[in-house]
Amino acid sequence: MDEIVLMKNIKKRFPGVLANDGIDFYANKGEIVSLLGENGAGKTTLMKILYGLYTKDSGEIFIKGKKVEINSPKDAINLGIGMVHQHFTLVNPFTVTENIILGLSSNRFTINIETSKEKIKEYMKKYEIFVDPDAKISELSVGEKQKVEILKILYRDIDILILDEPTAVLTPQEVKELFKTLKILKEEGKTIIFISHKLYEVLEISDRIIVLRNGKVSGERDPKKTNRRELAALMVGKEVFDVISLTPSEQKDVILDLKEITALSYRGHVALKNINLNVKGGEIVGLAGVSGNGQKELEEIISGIRKPLKGKIFFKNIDITHTTPKERINLGIGRIPEDRMDLGLILDLPVFENLVVECYDKNPFSGKLFLNYPKIESYSKKLIEEFDIRTPNLIVKTKTLSGGNLQKCILARILSMNPEFILAAQPTRGLDVGATEFIHKKLLEVRDKGGGVLLISEDLDEILNLSDRILVIYNGEIMGELKRGELTREDIGLMMTGTKKEDLHATT
Amino acid sequence: MPLPKFRLEKRESVPNWFRMALPFIAIGISFIFSSIIILFAGKNPVTSIYSIFYGALGTRLGLMETLVKATPLILTGIAVSFAFTGKFWNIGAEGQLYAGALAATWAGISNFNIPSFLYIILLLVVGFIAGGLWALIPGYLKAKLKVDDVVTTLLMNYIILYLVTAILEGPWRDPVTMWPQSIMISPNAEFPKLLQKSRVHFGLIVGLLVVFLVYIIIKHTKLGFNIRAIGANPNASNFLGINVTKTIIITSLISGGIAGLAGVGEVAGLHYHLTENISPGYGYTGIVIAMLGGLNPIGVLFASFFFAIIITGAQYMSRATGVTSFIADVIQGITLLVLLAMLILYEYRIRRVE
Repeated sequence: MDEIVLMKNIKKRFPGVLANDGIDFYANKGEIVSLLGENGAGKTTLMKILYGLYTKDSGEIFIKGKKVEINSPKDAINLGIGMVHQHFTLVNPFTVTENIILGLSSNRFTINIETSKEKIKEYMKKYEIFVDPDAKISELSVGEKQKVEILKILYRDIDILILDEPTAVLTPQEVKELFKTLKILKEEGKTIIFISHKLYEVLEISDRIIVLRNGKVSGERDPKKTNRRELAALMVGKEVFDVISLTPSEQKDVILDLKEITALSYRGHVALKNINLNVKGGEIVGLAGVSGNGQKELEEIISGIRKPLKGKIFFKNIDITHTTPKERINLGIGRIPEDRMDLGLILDLPVFENLVVECYDKNPFSGKLFLNYPKIESYSKKLIEEFDIRTPNLIVKTKTLSGGNLQKCILARILSMNPEFILAAQPTRGLDVGATEFIHKKLLEVRDKGGGVLLISEDLDEILNLSDRILVIYNGEIMGELKRGELTREDIGLMMTGTKKEDLHATT
Repeated sequence: MPLPKFRLEKRESVPNWFRMALPFIAIGISFIFSSIIILFAGKNPVTSIYSIFYGALGTRLGLMETLVKATPLILTGIAVSFAFTGKFWNIGAEGQLYAGALAATWAGISNFNIPSFLYIILLLVVGFIAGGLWALIPGYLKAKLKVDDVVTTLLMNYIILYLVTAILEGPWRDPVTMWPQSIMISPNAEFPKLLQKSRVHFGLIVGLLVVFLVYIIIKHTKLGFNIRAIGANPNASNFLGINVTKTIIITSLISGGIAGLAGVGEVAGLHYHLTENISPGYGYTGIVIAMLGGLNPIGVLFASFFFAIIITGAQYMSRATGVTSFIADVIQGITLLVLLAMLILYEYRIRRVE
């Protein structure tokens, strides 16, 4: 075989997770290989090892039959390996040409833009990637920026091209163009490794599909001899898990109601398309999906830090579309943000101030001007005991606490304000079993007391375990709604990768 | 022999002793650098630096002058420190000082027929408002339109400086001497002297009072909580429901107002009229003081006295040893640079690698 890349028994451990657990991977010359898997399956980690961004704990890598040690992207590029990241690495005020030749000039002191530009134009023609070489990066669309990234790598004469979720930010038209380019590259004998969680695309473009799950290879398939259902099953696994039995919830009135919400992401592309979603009292609604499909924007919209382009949000029939975060807190909306380090807490403030940061301005914690520190301290002390927050004292900076304790701080602060609705975004990500259980228990308590919870999570087990209803989001759209126990894991896996609920049974 | 290799390693938290020691290390290093410059001038650095401290602290006259110099520095230092606590990068204390001085002079030369203590309060109020409004412009631009505050506060300095010059060259020119300076303010508006046979004036009390008030605001009020929260993480503050826009605007107003009070003190306590060079850069020194004081009101107080000593002592040293008094500016500049370079040690520690 023409194994241009061979990775043997690759292991990589991060604090708390075994990201790659003995992965074997190979790619042939002139082949498009897809790496398919959920978030955290280990796809990106494996490729970052190949590109020299991470060092493996153990295992061997062979390039063109020769054993190599890749310690930096520079080593990788010298071996003919290039990678296009999810987040671009371009210099905004520079032109396309300048970005492509950045760091490459043969002579230390001079660069010849004109000859480089001619050469770049040749590459553009050859691979059918067209961008104005004189345009500044800041003037380009997301799709065009990605083209520049690809050109930048081709310009360095690489043989192996790694693309990390390249279609996540592209329009369908741009995806088509990208695929055309990839096919030209393949015919030229280049090897392409395509990281994705989108089944349709993977089936369309690949010669071979490798599925990862929990840091291991869970299967290898020929796209001509497989189908979406089988791939989805490999991706999300099949094992039975213990569904905790929920006390039947009392159907109450709708608390939170999102009507036809359309919104942009911070990068400026449409991240949410016409979302309709509601949460009633006494239920937990789970929002499943691979991250980056609009969950972040939905969280920001409900939290009040992003305004929708279109649509309205109602809280107990009050239109809160244009209210501030403060007004929402006061109405009884508790928010557990995904980014607990940078949004949920102010890490440089002491623990006890973080425990009141959403209610310090109310009686009895303060008067018109002054804070009542004795009251705040005794209240914080109570919360620390009640929620078992492990901290040496009240006044240490919050950043010294562990992840689980940080999350407990947020939970303690929110629950003590008795909210009627809680938005919980990735509430247990990165936490140990004990802290996870504690948080699940608390969210169920809110539900049983008649509150509503919207649980946004990438962890399918968490969603299946806690939710009364499940919604699946993909590419900024809700793919369908499921009742508890109505559908299998596999079905949800299919929906997470782009199949609408009504199309589920057409997939064979 | 291979050189030992070092690298920076992220640290979890800064030990308290290190936080305390950092300003002193910075001062020490800046003295070493200044000594080299003094050596180039062919003088003895030890006696020169000794004479700075002797000149500033060794005689009653020196000590009094140090207190006089400390007065505006306390106010500009605490003004900058207050702003920086909430990440409002006020580089414009110099201009706000002039705005305060201009307003106080206007009130002072208007000869209102009111009792002295009321007149003094009036001066303080108009000076505070003028300085505050001058800082409010950049504050508002930052809060509402995200205009870079470093640039706007700095450029506002030049506007007010030329405005003061224009007024002093024009309508307010002293009709008797024809110098570009205002006429004397009403004797009723003058700050009382605190000590006999010295120039130490009521402005020092104002300064100490403001330091105390700022301490209370920062540590014990809702406003102070908001300011500290925004200073620590503006995004999280916004998410958690703190009104970031309003807080930045209030911060700029108060910070500028305090710097304005420094200008009031120089007019009403020291010179009794307005000149173009009423401040030799007190506003800029305020930035160094705020940083050296670690944005802590008590630290700012110490740092202001330190620079008052350097400025006063440098003049004595210049007479005693012949080294130019510009060495005071050198010490100031180097202290700030060293301090800024060393702030990286709050985040990282230096580790030797094999």
